[in-house]
Amino acid sequence: MPVIWLILTVLAIAVVGYVLGRGRALASAGGEQIKLHSLPSYYGSNVAMKVVVPAFLILVLWLLAQPLIVNNSISGMIPDSEIAEGSSRGLVLAEVRRAARGLDNAVAAGLITEDFARNARADFNDVTARLKEAGQVVTSQITQPILRAAQEYRILNSSGNFMMTIVVILAALAGAAWGLYESRAEFRARNTVEQGVKALLIAAASIAILTTIGIVFSLVFNTIEFFRLYPAFDFFFGLTWSPSFSGRGGSSELGIIPLLWGTFYISFVALAVAVPIGLFAAVYLSEYAGPKVRAVAKPLLEILAGIPTIVYGLFALLTVGPLLVSVFGADGVGIMQSGTAVMTAGLVMGIMLIPFVSSLSDDIINAVPQAMRDGSYGLGATKSETVKQVILPAALPGIVGAILLAASRAIGETMIVVLGAGAAARLSLNPFDAMTTVTAKIVSQLTGDADFASPVALVAFALGMTLFVVTLGLNIVALYIVRKYREQYD
Amino acid sequence: MNDMPKIEQATDMTDSKISANKVQVYYGDTHAIKDVDIEIQPRSVTAFIGPSGCGKSTFLRTINRMNDTIDICRVEGSIQIDGEDIYDPKVDPVQLRAKVGMVFQKPNPFPKSIYDNVAYGPRIHGLARNRAELDDIVASSLQKAGLWEEAKDRLDEPGTGMSGGQQQRLCIARAIAVSPEVILMDEPCSALDPIATAKVEELIDELRENYTIVIVTHSMQQAARVSQRTAFFHLGILVEEGPTQDIFTNPVDKRTQDYITGRFG
Amino acid sequence: MTDATLSPEGAKAPEKTSAQPRSLYATDELTKKRNASEKRFQAYGIAAIGAGLFFLVVLAYSIISEGIPAFTRTVLTVEFTVTQEQFDDAESQLFKTRAYEAVFTEAMSAQFEQKDIQVPFDIAAIERIVGKPGSTIREFYRANPDKLGQPVAFELAASSRVDGYMNGRLTRDNITDSRFLMKSDLDLVDVLVESGIIQTVFNWPFITGADSGVDNPGGAGIGASVVGSFFMMLVVLFLSLPIGVAASIYLEEFAPQNKFTDLIEVNISNLAAVPSIVFGILGLAVFIQFMHLPQSAPIVGGLVLTLMTLPTIIISTRASLKAVPPSIRDAALGVGASKMQAVFHHVLPLAMPGILTGTIIGLAQALGETAPLLLIGMVGFVARGYPDGFVSGFMDPNSAMPAQIYTWAARSDFAFYEKAWGGIIVLLIFLLSMNILAIILRRRFERRW
Repeated sequence: MPVIWLILTVLAIAVVGYVLGRGRALASAGGEQIKLHSLPSYYGSNVAMKVVVPAFLILVLWLLAQPLIVNNSISGMIPDSEIAEGSSRGLVLAEVRRAARGLDNAVAAGLITEDFARNARADFNDVTARLKEAGQVVTSQITQPILRAAQEYRILNSSGNFMMTIVVILAALAGAAWGLYESRAEFRARNTVEQGVKALLIAAASIAILTTIGIVFSLVFNTIEFFRLYPAFDFFFGLTWSPSFSGRGGSSELGIIPLLWGTFYISFVALAVAVPIGLFAAVYLSEYAGPKVRAVAKPLLEILAGIPTIVYGLFALLTVGPLLVSVFGADGVGIMQSGTAVMTAGLVMGIMLIPFVSSLSDDIINAVPQAMRDGSYGLGATKSETVKQVILPAALPGIVGAILLAASRAIGETMIVVLGAGAAARLSLNPFDAMTTVTAKIVSQLTGDADFASPVALVAFALGMTLFVVTLGLNIVALYIVRKYREQYD
Repeated sequence: MNDMPKIEQATDMTDSKISANKVQVYYGDTHAIKDVDIEIQPRSVTAFIGPSGCGKSTFLRTINRMNDTIDICRVEGSIQIDGEDIYDPKVDPVQLRAKVGMVFQKPNPFPKSIYDNVAYGPRIHGLARNRAELDDIVASSLQKAGLWEEAKDRLDEPGTGMSGGQQQRLCIARAIAVSPEVILMDEPCSALDPIATAKVEELIDELRENYTIVIVTHSMQQAARVSQRTAFFHLGILVEEGPTQDIFTNPVDKRTQDYITGRFG
Repeated sequence: MTDATLSPEGAKAPEKTSAQPRSLYATDELTKKRNASEKRFQAYGIAAIGAGLFFLVVLAYSIISEGIPAFTRTVLTVEFTVTQEQFDDAESQLFKTRAYEAVFTEAMSAQFEQKDIQVPFDIAAIERIVGKPGSTIREFYRANPDKLGQPVAFELAASSRVDGYMNGRLTRDNITDSRFLMKSDLDLVDVLVESGIIQTVFNWPFITGADSGVDNPGGAGIGASVVGSFFMMLVVLFLSLPIGVAASIYLEEFAPQNKFTDLIEVNISNLAAVPSIVFGILGLAVFIQFMHLPQSAPIVGGLVLTLMTLPTIIISTRASLKAVPPSIRDAALGVGASKMQAVFHHVLPLAMPGILTGTIIGLAQALGETAPLLLIGMVGFVARGYPDGFVSGFMDPNSAMPAQIYTWAARSDFAFYEKAWGGIIVLLIFLLSMNILAIILRRRFERRW
């Protein structure tokens, strides 16, 4: 039974349970609603809740666990000799799944019988031919073990699915029975339902924690795997980045230093653009501009923050890059080889960060109490003296926090550097050289053709781990500073 | 008897420090101050009293043009200090405020050291040619504010770390440091405890020798204690102005009398 | 500070200088200097705002000027008749499309004669201008044999070079002779334009079509990826709205002050600042490697974007819940409602406009997000068609708008850049309408307490 039908069945049981529970509770009170502890609908909801929650919980867990178990037992069926040079167990397993799906489709289309698909003695040549006849995409390398594995895969899956259907429906029915048994006048249905709802709310709130755990796990396991294949010391202190995609990446040099250098250089350029402009804009808007100017300029600047980064990436690649080349390239100053460069990416990223810096600083400047300004004006200070000597020093911790947040944004930014910074990892001081960043390399290592189990692909997870740790550190420090700062004036 | 205050006002006109003439203040469409005429004498303390929202603070802030910092605020009429109209376009409010200092309701020391708080004004107005002169100004201002003994050993500590009363005296020292001629005080003791209040009042009395002081206060007792002259504001109108003694013992206007006897306010 | 213990008399020295009667009407030198520096400072502020707005204008200008050509295409309209004999004759030949091209060339010549145009042209030039018209014509008549013998107006798409010439990307000065287009062909194009045979029309296929291969920039459309984005947004909406609202209600209304609540709060504020690419890694490792969901499928993209959008939605939802005054809760509790009833019957409905506004803005953010989509395989995939059903809309590989734009930007043919800019215009139109919707919602239902 497809999962969607299973879900609908459980929901149907829940609806029936709701109606029955409501009716049973009313009946137990002799039809007089006032004698019930809770409103009748709560009795119904109690039953429905007891049907849906355990059943869906089992369903989700089953759906997660079954592929793992099936894959494990299939994996055992494939002898090592089946795994060709340059391939991996994962690829062979994918092949098995494809073959199994081919069989499924062929059976569904009526081209082969179920018996044939299950026939363990079937000759693989025959099966391949029949599958091809049926228009199924099957690679020519279906070997006997793969075919056996595919057949086993189908059997395990279908019996798994069958058992899942039974268990889920039984759970739903058991829940309905339990709920109905409870549906009596004196039962505190509202409290039970509210407890259940509260549990759901807590579960929803916990997704934030689960996400973090998911991020950490997906990074940590693959990073450990990477360090098993490639020495951690060489990764963190290597000065060369030259992945070799041939073979299993044995000759790759995967040092992170050039990537970090590119990342920090570009972020520095970006902040050098965004911080002065953003800060001055914030000061002007909060201290000088009249309400009309503010009402126009502030939203206009904030448009810059709402534009997707892909747009900035394209802007860097196709507008800013060529523009910079025409000035600094061979025809001009002659220090820029191509449009993709630290300067291109940094400048565009700076533009993107202007509203980020300005709106954060605006909040922080506005948090400085008016009494400070009054005190300064009362002594005969001009506005700029007040800003420079009273407001900015008072707001400094908050502004530092805002700049750290902006730095963390810049370090984690991907699209602008993928399109605007170039692909060459290099340690250079010239801001008009192409360099690359941690994020850009994560993309290129994971979207290339490299095998997932090889160091050249796994390095992306180590890079991601580094990126995550750096940005998380910056965020925690920044948020801490900003919070301390806010408390000072609360 | 009824005409007494008016006559007195007329005689003082010649040597008054501040003289306001038909002053109107508007906040947007609200007419906050209506037709205020007042003469303020040099080297004396003038108290503004009146119920909340009567416009006394607003009027105080027009005297050093602090209202300029509020966009929607508009002032009409004339206010003269030493015979010069402070709303004349030739007047730079920055220079005016150096001459007319201000102390606020809540102590508002800058988040800087005690020394830097006091030195802030002299620095921006360029009153000291070198560090030694600046030190002198800071020391003497703190002395005049009666804070020297408490502060001399902790000049590098932040001003925000002092007690409320000390902070307010620090703000007074800060105002004195630019050598103003007039000091405006907007309910300077409303955030202080009685002991700190007593100290500040004592200080105000001492400062009277060298400065013209205008103080807004909620407390009639305070007005009686520190001021020589008192002005009573009600609903944006200056109801009555005269020697403090007279205002408290023999008010001319019914509203003043009601306020002083506690029938409203 | 050793001499700071001076007596008050000693400190009078500086006071004297300022005690001199100084007219307020005369601005002294220092004040003039200070006012000048004030003006300078203000000018910096104006310059900063100006710089920001300047960048905005440049950005808008590049998008519009580079992207507009994507919305037009150049077509060649020729009306002619193919008879049954011509059809049979062509079908019997070895190079069938060649035969049709000959028919087409003939028809063109006839039309030129009719309009009294004299310009030399050969079949090669025609091929450079409209690609290979023969196959289009052949396919048409094989599909509609009943049209044989009747005049049919064929609308043939011009090659991307001709397109470029028409919208100004190529000029006679910067064109280089190649097998794609010769300089001499432009004379023919000019004549065809003059006679109204070549026209520029609105490029519907760009809006409705799917991506083409790398060799056919003219046929690339954004429609399929719009559908991909749509299914992704459905996932995001139906997961992040209920989960986000539930989480916010718990944190804002029920959560006790304890370590667990703190942990959730810290996680939410940190997740809001985790780089989006890291969410892509999460999606790759958890949804694709671990859970074996299909690569490049909108469901995976939707799940990743949901996790990314949740913190935004939770933060804005909590703000709108907080804005509902406590008196409402007190009133409900006071008439005997449970806490849960007070929240769900009174607080939540009042906070709903704010929650929806926040959700729309979160969706708009998710719609434009690209980096995580790169990692879950929505980029390498060439979305050549529409999904064929509702379920396959979620489960079958597809592209999404920003991923499609990236794909075009990464292709080497310049003609795709125009498509990328055009795609950006489409994407920005969606974002703009979502934001306007949010603003309208906020204006309309905004409640001041």
